[in-house]
Amino acid sequence: MVKINGKSLDIAGKTLAEYLETTDYDAKRIAVERNEEIIPKSQYGQTLLTDGDSVEIVSFVGGG
Amino acid sequence: MIPTKEEMQKALRDRNGKDLQDKFFSATVAVCGLGGLGSNIAIALARAGIGKLILIDFDQVDITNLHRQQYKASQIGRYKTDALSENLSEIAPYVKIQTHTERMTENNAVALLRDADIICEAFDHPEAKAMLTDIVLDQMREKYLIAASGMAGLGNANNIKTRRITKQFYLCGDEISDVNDGIGLVSSRVMLCAAHQAHMVLRILADNFDT
Repeated sequence: MVKINGKSLDIAGKTLAEYLETTDYDAKRIAVERNEEIIPKSQYGQTLLTDGDSVEIVSFVGGG
Repeated sequence: MIPTKEEMQKALRDRNGKDLQDKFFSATVAVCGLGGLGSNIAIALARAGIGKLILIDFDQVDITNLHRQQYKASQIGRYKTDALSENLSEIAPYVKIQTHTERMTENNAVALLRDADIICEAFDHPEAKAMLTDIVLDQMREKYLIAASGMAGLGNANNIKTRRITKQFYLCGDEISDVNDGIGLVSSRVMLCAAHQAHMVLRILADNFDT
């Protein structure tokens, strides 16, 4: 199981890019952290989600 | 009569204690974007006696900024970097200020932020926020990033929070209230979020943050 924003999902073996395609996230507006490390956008396609990963997706909204 | 540098430093050391105040004096903090968040963050940090501020913004002061950003009507048309430097120098004349009047991109971010210990993300657009987050946390791993998301509207003030994402990355705001929903940004709620960001800077410098 992979934990995404606190929720356990059965997506081990998928890449981060493959998972994101199944969601409403806009890849240009997010930052993704896995096990305390940021995953830069250029690596979403090569990042394999593995059992026990803890992932946090921060989705930015506008305003400043 | 403006006090001398020694007088102002003594007043701050007397208030905060020498050990803590000297941590503030020796810190360099970058503020990326000088709108409602950035202008308020910079003023809070200058008052606290942060040694050096790096101010980055390409834009000029506009009449539509005055309802929430720390500029004066007389400063409309000036670059925000120049106008804010002027205002900061009246509040805290001995803070060192470095300005960059240019748009931050993936290509210049590392160079612009090289000297910073802590970086405050205070941009308007979500794409810019996400870009800066990736660059700082991937390419400048020794630095801290304090970003903001969700501070628009008249929602509850108490929903503005600081959340730890990693040891190097903190996120302030309610993470929901988009500037494009409803009435846009309101000065008081933007100031709350800016205050969270500035406060997190001081907590990191005080080494009092991972609890």
